[in-house]
Order: sequence, then structure tokens, then C-alpha cells
Amino acid sequence: MAEYSWPKYHAATVLGKDHDRIDGLEKATGAAKYSYDINRKGMLFAKLLGCPHAHCRIKAIDASGAEKMPGVRAVKTMKEPGNEIRWQGDAIVCVAADTEGAAAEALKKIKVEYEMLDVFVDDEDLAAAEKAGRAKPAGGNTQWEVEPDDDLDDEQADAEIDRLLKTAEVVVDGYYGINVITHMCLEPHGSTCEWNGSKLTAHLSTQNVSGTAGQFADPLGITADDVEVHCDFIGGGFGSKFAADTWGVMAAQISRETGRPVKLMLDRDQELKVAGARPSGYLKARVGADKDGVVTVWDSHHWGTSGPKGGGVSQTVIPYVFDPKNRRRKQTAIATDTGPDRAWRAPNHPQACAMTQTAYDDIAAKLGIDSYDVFLRNLPSVSPKKGAHSMADTYREQMEIGAKLIDWKAKWHPHGKGKAEGSIVTGLGMALHTWGGGGHSSTCLLKIHPDGGVETSLGSQDLGTGTRTAIAIVVAETFGLPVSAVKVNIGSSKYPVSGPSGGSTTIGGVSESNRRAAQDALRQLSEKVAKKLGVDAGSLVAKDGRIQVADNPDKSLSWKEACSLLGMAPLEVQGKFERGRGESPLSSSQVGGVQMAEVAVDRDTGVIKMKKFVAVQDMGLIVSPRTAESQIYGAVIMGIAYALFEERIMDPKTGAFLNCELADYKLPRLGDIGEIVVEMYEPKDEYERGVVGLGEPPVISPGAAISNAVCNALGVRVPVLPMIPKRVLDAIAKGGKA
Amino acid sequence: MKAFDYVAPDHEAEALEMLAAEPGGSEILAGGTDLIGLMKQMIVTPDRVVNIMEIPTLKGVSADSQGVTIGAATTLDELLAAPELEQFPAVKQAIRGINSMQLQNQGTLGGELCQRPRCWYFRNGYGLLAQGGRLVAEGDNRYHAIFGNAGPAKFVHPSRLAPALVALGAQVRIAGPGEADETLLPLETFFRTPRHEGQREHVLAPNQLVTHIHLPAAEGKGNATYEVRHGEGPDYPLASAAAALRFNGSRVSEAQIVLGHVAPTPWYSLDAVNAIVGQEVNYDTARAAGEAAVAAATPLSGNEYKVQLARTAVQRAILLAAGLETGGF
Amino acid sequence: MKDPVPLPRPNAGFSRRAFLKGSGAAAAASAVAAGPGLVEAADETSKVVSGKAPTKIKLNVNGQTHDLEVETRTTLLDALRYQLDLTGAKPVSIDETSGACSVFVDDKLVSANTMFAVACKGKKIRTVESLGGKQPDAVPVAFVHHDAMQCGFCTPGFVVAVRAFLDKNPNANEQQIREGLNSNICRCGTYANVIQAALEVVKGGK
Repeated sequence: MAEYSWPKYHAATVLGKDHDRIDGLEKATGAAKYSYDINRKGMLFAKLLGCPHAHCRIKAIDASGAEKMPGVRAVKTMKEPGNEIRWQGDAIVCVAADTEGAAAEALKKIKVEYEMLDVFVDDEDLAAAEKAGRAKPAGGNTQWEVEPDDDLDDEQADAEIDRLLKTAEVVVDGYYGINVITHMCLEPHGSTCEWNGSKLTAHLSTQNVSGTAGQFADPLGITADDVEVHCDFIGGGFGSKFAADTWGVMAAQISRETGRPVKLMLDRDQELKVAGARPSGYLKARVGADKDGVVTVWDSHHWGTSGPKGGGVSQTVIPYVFDPKNRRRKQTAIATDTGPDRAWRAPNHPQACAMTQTAYDDIAAKLGIDSYDVFLRNLPSVSPKKGAHSMADTYREQMEIGAKLIDWKAKWHPHGKGKAEGSIVTGLGMALHTWGGGGHSSTCLLKIHPDGGVETSLGSQDLGTGTRTAIAIVVAETFGLPVSAVKVNIGSSKYPVSGPSGGSTTIGGVSESNRRAAQDALRQLSEKVAKKLGVDAGSLVAKDGRIQVADNPDKSLSWKEACSLLGMAPLEVQGKFERGRGESPLSSSQVGGVQMAEVAVDRDTGVIKMKKFVAVQDMGLIVSPRTAESQIYGAVIMGIAYALFEERIMDPKTGAFLNCELADYKLPRLGDIGEIVVEMYEPKDEYERGVVGLGEPPVISPGAAISNAVCNALGVRVPVLPMIPKRVLDAIAKGGKA
Repeated sequence: MKAFDYVAPDHEAEALEMLAAEPGGSEILAGGTDLIGLMKQMIVTPDRVVNIMEIPTLKGVSADSQGVTIGAATTLDELLAAPELEQFPAVKQAIRGINSMQLQNQGTLGGELCQRPRCWYFRNGYGLLAQGGRLVAEGDNRYHAIFGNAGPAKFVHPSRLAPALVALGAQVRIAGPGEADETLLPLETFFRTPRHEGQREHVLAPNQLVTHIHLPAAEGKGNATYEVRHGEGPDYPLASAAAALRFNGSRVSEAQIVLGHVAPTPWYSLDAVNAIVGQEVNYDTARAAGEAAVAAATPLSGNEYKVQLARTAVQRAILLAAGLETGGF
Repeated sequence: MKDPVPLPRPNAGFSRRAFLKGSGAAAAASAVAAGPGLVEAADETSKVVSGKAPTKIKLNVNGQTHDLEVETRTTLLDALRYQLDLTGAKPVSIDETSGACSVFVDDKLVSANTMFAVACKGKKIRTVESLGGKQPDAVPVAFVHHDAMQCGFCTPGFVVAVRAFLDKNPNANEQQIREGLNSNICRCGTYANVIQAALEVVKGGK
């Protein structure tokens, strides 16, 4: 088996260097075509009638009014009488018409009779959920220093917790929470579908190009080979776009029946109501620590919702990153009549971080000591494993770097003890995070043409992370060519299978398959060059557009001359990486990151402004630093969004999603982000671990870091995110009492 | 969107005639920034849309010794650039608060005053009063009224310019229903709190048209708008206040103080006026005026915090109108 | 309530003539410039565009005149996207809150989704596509250099907004950029990069 490797640390010439995004100008000038932008002659516009109620049963559907409207070409019901509806917006009827306006007008002519059922949407109110029969136990877990191998029964556990809390120097009895948010993809879910004979092309907005063809085929009664899923550009996914969805299949079905291409993109309010949400979490904890702030006992109960099925934030990540020697955690799931969750960038982690690293900061507040020291002193309890060195070491180094960048020591003051200017107070906070990010399985087909052209094809997609650019960098580095010499073909299910873009797995997967294919191809090409030059193939390297003897550039062929040795047919090499087949020299997993926030709070209005934010992040070997840096900036800004602005707001009585339009769903804007400093942490041993995914980890810590900074400024905890002015003022009014 | 007939008259009388032809079924289109969204949601479903942006007499700003007259179809960016409005920082601050180039370029003065409430029950199709106010009272009312909310209307008036314009004594010229009919009203009487679903948030009849706003000359009156905004961008403030102060020496001799986003209409506070008149303006007297302004507030189940915001907005508007620092963001 | 402001005249008898002579002078002036302020309405049937059937209009887009067939309810955005296949401007919100559908109309930045196509007759429309081509404008080029995009769905709208902002404020500093570019929403979080891109354009004097 061939050996694969990356260039030695600091020896690469293309890899790890700044390159313009190769499809950047297309995106910036409007030339890039998203699924929403695919227009076809004779195309119909399809729209969905969403249920106006959150919980009901359908008694009757009369869509005849829609059928009579001018321009309407198809009316299809997606639910039957008797069906139970569990969230507002769930699709009931689909109408396709010549224009979008006609389809929308026709929807209003459909009459549906409903039997109303009980509505419950208040996921924060545990007592109400229990009373309504919406709460159920969702697991838990304990670990004890005194009985590492034994489970204590409930009574013993209670006694042990009480004992530990009594012996603790300080006990925090805290409440923390984080609301449901949506994905708010700017390009809503949907597709443009067209048929050519018996073959379907679905231009689907998806982060799963290779995995969705079968999802269309099965309900349409065809086989996946007759489906091409195509997506050159996707306008945001964040974990919500892995499926064809019922409305995708409906578009394909109407297209087949009418013989016309069909575009079905969700309206903004539907996008928010039905196309994914991040589970909420609310946590009560008693946390004991010694005089240095080292946590000795953790006892928590948390609850929350993923929608009708209950769910919530997994108890397995409570408390987050830190794993004290004594802990008990318990989870309750709340079933609500709300749109179901979908994976949201780093599932479970941002909520767990926001609900628990805030409690660690409250230990510091209560002891009147520096939060930095409390985080530092608790590092020995973090999970030790990570490639060459321990996570604790990574965090320690990253904390030092972060502290310098934000000037922590000079700016820090005890909680609530800073100097106010007028009504404005400032504060500092920090948090830590981790993520796996190992590469997914990926196959590519690399072609070197006899004229020197290079192309690689794989059924991957670019969520906006710069996948095309990263692949081109990997191949260009291997061949000693400029990035512009490599054509990257992604975005079609007809290309070799590559994994869905979720869990920060893409960069690892596509780097693996493409580096493997390119190294194999170069070896084959080198054989031919070696023969021509009369040298040993093992002595050849690809460098500066030539294939040459390592120390002797005179013994060389230009790339083009070398490729001409291929004869008539291009050299085709498959690169294949299978996840879970042991360690690879090219990629790894498990990263750490530290983030620190500085905020200013106006005590008279509850308005919070970001002053500075520092993000220190490791990601193994950095393939494309510029786009990687963009991921971190973006994650921090998305973190500011859920820390200070966004939440799903449901009407308690009707279960209506009240802020389902962008005008009401608050997000930060360019003037809200303050100064953001990104530090890419890539010491030699990180580089040598190979590639690790980056998309999710930096979005995890901002909630806790900003909450801790606000608490440091005010001297009281604003318990639930987002920290909107109402909650800040309420917290000040209560003086920190729950 | 429901299909509709469209017409763009080029003078006022023609606009009135076009509005009269579909009584009650017509909507006036100016900048379109609010109306078109409402039509897409089919919350507003006119049979006819009358675009008034082609009427030259409705555009422009002019000044004389008595004051300034502004055409209702003048865009907000034109107001921002108008030298005639330099005497009214309260107006320009309110426009700058609408932190969006597109909204400023498209939105008109008349449209800003006649836009529909942002109440999410209204915007989600539950009606302007949301089932006689019940949904709001029992639901999520964090952005709703803390004054004037005893009746079914519990939304807050959305206009961001109205507090400043009312504080500055603006009058509104209304044309119609007949081509020769016209009315000049104090702006504060233009707004009303609807008592049933058939009423709008202003007194304009379906076949009337706001044509101009007249502002009396400021004549040295210090004036300012302060908005409490959650973040940057065009989003509506959580509460706001405008103050216009005349001084006799160092003391306030005359004051107008109007709160925004706290009631179904712009909310004139005589209590705040009484508290500041006769005083020197400083942090404490402005604070006292803020306290007075909110003393009679009647917050709903979830918007007690807005009392604090309204208090602070009044305090800061007074400080700014007196040329002082606010001490906050 | 405070005392009503004394009116210039009792409101019922306030005549249009007096209004025009008095404080409404500018309105009168512009009315004169555009022709008589009060003329008989033109024959209604000739002016009212029916909503029942599509109507033909001419639109001037990116320097070219196009013949289009639109409904009265067709927005400028939909006309650009579905009739001219100019899909750079994106549908993101039903109103102005996203800025993703920004275009220039008569050199002013507007949201194409809150304008009706029939209301754009005779106006000069410019889309993001006019900033592309073989010699792209400095703004999209700077966006690429600073990677001021991720998924890219908001990017064309942002590019147009930055162009409009810098046309008006060619020497803007960082603070002014942070204060002046808040009309556009990005979900991926490219704001930090957009600020750098805008600053580069200022420095380059383009």
C-alpha cells in the first residue's frame, strides 16, 4: 500500500498559504447560480399551504377553490383527514402555478377544517410541562470519587452530594438557559426540479449532494441512478439541509405530472417554522468548589425541547469540557408543538457550554477571584486524550495567547466591581470548547490530461467554507502547480461519492481523498518521467511547475512535457478515504479552542455592546488559512447572534411562531460585532496531526464567554440567552436572585 | 399576493379620483417598504393600488420665515440632506436611527407616518387588535404598549419620526375626499387608537391623502430624539422619546416631550413637561422628568422593562436637546 | 394632551390657494415646473393597469432596454430574476430587512422586492451584474481579497450596498463603515471581512 504524507512543517509552498477563493468573483458579482437561481423555460412556481395551528387534527381539506384560480396548473394535498399536525406551518397542500403571485393567491382559496388540540410550547416552564404531561425523563449519569466502580442508589447519591456540598468552600446554586434558535438559512430550503424523459434533475439546496438522490428516487418509484442531485452553490445550511424533504419530492412529482420544470422554495416564515431549529436547554445546578475554585462536586438537572419528540440537549456533555470527580446529571425532555429540530452547527455543544461554563464563572464571582484562574485550575479535569499532547496543555497555551491578545490581566476586575462611566460598565469573560472534526468518507476521481490539464471530481459541496479552494490547494501542492491550474468539480451526485458536509468532516474527507489521489497520480506520472530522464522515480519531486530530481533542477521536465508522456488517454486515479479505518497520516480529530469576550453594558437600558472578542483555535494542519479564518470570524458572529439577539418566540396560547419574518427575528448587523481577533493556533505538533475540521468548534464558546463578560460587568448573572435588554434589566432588578 | 389594478396618477386631484373609484378597496403606494410586504402576506389585499410617487407636488422641502413644508412623498434620505431641516436635529436623528440606506432612499415621510404597526399578532394574521387585545394581553407582549393599552389596541405606533414631529408642533395637510377638500390638522390629532378592527391607526378616510407636513420654525428651540435600540440596523426601537425645549436663560421655559413605541399613538407626556419646565437641565432634573413620564405607565404581563426604557429615553432626549451628554450608549 | 397648536387658519376653511401661497411654496414651485397642479384626470381607462392580465412594459436594466410582460403584482426583483435571469439580487425577506435584493434605481440603492416592476417604467436600473464582467468593479474584487463571503447568498446585495455607501462616502473610515452598512444581513458572519474589503476600496481610491 502506498504511503501518504503532507510536506514537512513550513515546507509547503501552496498548502497553508493565502489564496483567493477560486469561486469568489462568481459569488461577489451575482454570477454564481444557487438552487433558487435555476430558471427554466415554462417553469412553474410551487408554494405550500402551511397549517396555521400548532396542534390540531385535520378534519377535511377542500382545495377546489385553488384549482379554479387562473394560472394554477397543479394542486396536491400532502396530508389527509385524520392526520395530526404537531407544529405551525406543517405543509398541507402544494399549489403550482405560472407565477409566484398566482400560486400564493390560490393557497388562500383552500379550505381546511381542523379539530383543535391542546397546545404546549413553553419549554422553559418545567412545572407547566410536567402538569401538561409533556415532560419525561431523558437519562442521566453519575460519577463518584469515593466509589469509582459502583453506582450509588438515589438516596446514597443525595447523601453524598450533600456531604460534598457541605465540605465545599463555596457553593453556587445557579440557573442557566438558552432558547431555541432557528437556522435562518438566507437561501431557504427548496429545489428546482426538471425531468428529461424518465430522468430527474433536482437542483437542490443541499449540504448532502451524494446522499439525497435516493431520497428522491424511492418515493417517486424510480431508482437513484435516474436522479441527479445538483448544487453548485448553497445559500446556508448550518446542519439543516441534509434531506430531500417532502417538499423536494413534491416539486419533482408535480414536475413529472405537468411536464414542466418546477421551482419550490420555502417562504421565509415557512423556512423558520418547519426547516429546522436548535434545541433549547435550561439547567439548575448546585456546584461546589474548593477555595481555589476547583470544582469538587456538580449536581445538575436540565430540560429543554427539540420539538414534538421531546429531546433537548444531551446530558452526556454536562458539564461541558470539564469533568469533575463527583457529578450527577439528569435530563428531562419536554415535548412541544413546535417545528422539529435539525442539526445546528456543533449539536449540543453551544448550549452545554452556555449552561455550564457560566456556572464555573459564578464560582469565580462568588470567591471574588479571577475567572481566568478558575478555568486554569479546573483544566486537569478535562478529557486528556488528543493526538500528541493533552487537551489541558492545548487549552493552557491557548489561554495564555488569548489573555495577551485581550489584555486580560490589565483589564480584569472582580465581578461587578469595575469602574462605571455614566451608566456604562464593562467586563471580561471566557469559555473553552472542543469538537471532533475527523474527516468523512470521500472518494474523488482525479484526471491528468495529456495536455497538462488537471481536474478532480467528487460529490461534495461547498457550504461556504471554501471547499473548492481547499481541494485545489491540496492538489496544486501535490503537483507543484499554482491553484489556478486545478479544476475542481463538485456539486453533483453523478460524481464519486463524498460525505455530507456536517460535523466539520468535509475538509478532512476531501483533503484525504484528493491528497491520496494526487500522490498516487504523481507516482504514476513520475514513473514515466523517470524513464524519460533515465533517473530513479523515487528521486523525483513536483515543484514550481516541473517534475525534477529533488536536488537537480536540470534533470527535469515541465509539467506539460511530463503529461505529454501519458499518450492519448488521460491518467485517471481514484482517491479514497474511509472513515473509521484507524489512524491516517493525513488527518486527525479532536480540537480545542479558547475564546474571550469584552463587553460594555448600559445599565439603564440593558443594551450590550461587543467591544472585543478573541478566538484562539487549533485545527491541526491548516489547508486554506484565509477561508479557515473566515470560518472563525463567522462562527464568532453567529455566536454573538445567539448570545445577544436571536431566539424563536412562540405564542404561548396559539403556538404561533411570532417572529417568523426577518424583521422580527433579531440578528446582529455589521455595526454590532465590535473588534474580533482570530488566532490560528498551529504549532508543529498540531500541523503534524494532519487536517481536522473547523466549521463547528468556534461557534460553541461565544454564548458562555459573552454571558460571563456581562456577569463580570454587572455583578449579576443574566441567566438565559439571548441576553436581550429585557432580560438584562430584569436581572439587574432582581439583583441576581433567581 | 392578490391581483390588483395599478395606477400612478400625476397630480393630487387625479389621485383622489382614483382612490374614490374603489372606495375602501384602494391602498396608497409611496415607498412601498411596508405595504408590499403586507400585500405579499395577504394581510392587506387591495383591489387597486394608487402609486403617488409620480405626483410632483408631493415632493420636496421648502422653508420660509414661518417654518418648513415637506411633501409627503419626499424620501427620508432627501430629508436627511435638506438644509432646511438643520434646525430640527430631532427629525434627522430619528431618520438616522432607521439605519438602512435602502429604507432611507425608498421610504417617504408620509409612508413613515402611515406605516402599519409591527405587532407580531397583526403581522401573523390575527388582526390589528389580535382578538380584541386578548392574544396580546395573554401572549408575548414584550414589544407592546405600556401606555394607552386599556382598550383592545395594545400595539405600539411604529412611526419613528412622529414623536419628533409632534414635539415640534407639526401639522399635517390632508387632501380629499373631493378634489377641493383639504384639512390641516395638528399631527397629534392625526393619530388615533382604534377601538375596533374596522379602524386604522389614523383618522384618514380611505379616499383621503396626506400631502404635506408643516413644521413651524424652531426659533432656537433645542430638540432631540433618543431611541433605545437593541442593535444596529433598521429594527424598530424598544422605546424612544423626542424633546423640544425653549430656554429662558439657563432654565426651560417651554417644553414638548413625546414618547414613541410605548402606546398605540405617539404619546405626549404632560407630566414630563411639567417636571422639566422651570428647571435647569442636568442629569438629575432630566431623570426626574423621565420618572414623571412613566409614573402612570400600565405595563402588560411581559413588558415592565419598557417602563425603565421609556424613563431613560425621556431623560436622554432632554439631555440631548439641551446639548448635554447622555451618559449611556 | 397639550394644547393644540394654533392653526394658520381654521382647518375647514383652509384653502388650497392659501396653502400654496404660504408655507406650501415649494410644493407650488415644483407643481409649476411639472405643469399645472390641478388638471382634469386623464381618462381612467387609459391609465389604470388591470391586474387581471399581464401587461407589457419596457425596463432599462444595466444600460439596455428590455421588453417584459409582467403582472401588476410582479416585483422588480421577480422581473429581474425570472424574466431577465439576473439572479444576483436574492429573495431573502419579504421586506427591506435583509438588503439581499439591493439594486440601483436611478442611482439610488433600493430593495428590488419592495418595488413593483410596473412602477419602474422609465427608470434606470443597475444590478450587481453590472459590477462584474471582464473588468470587475473594485468592490467585488476587494470582497474576494478579504474573503468577505461564505455561502455567498447575501454577498451580491452587500457588494451593491458597499458600492452605494462608498460612492457617497469615498473617504469613509472604519467607524463610518461600521455605522453606515447596517442594512444588510449576513447569516454566515462575514461582517468582519466586509469591513476590511470596504477599507481596501477606500485606500485604493476606487
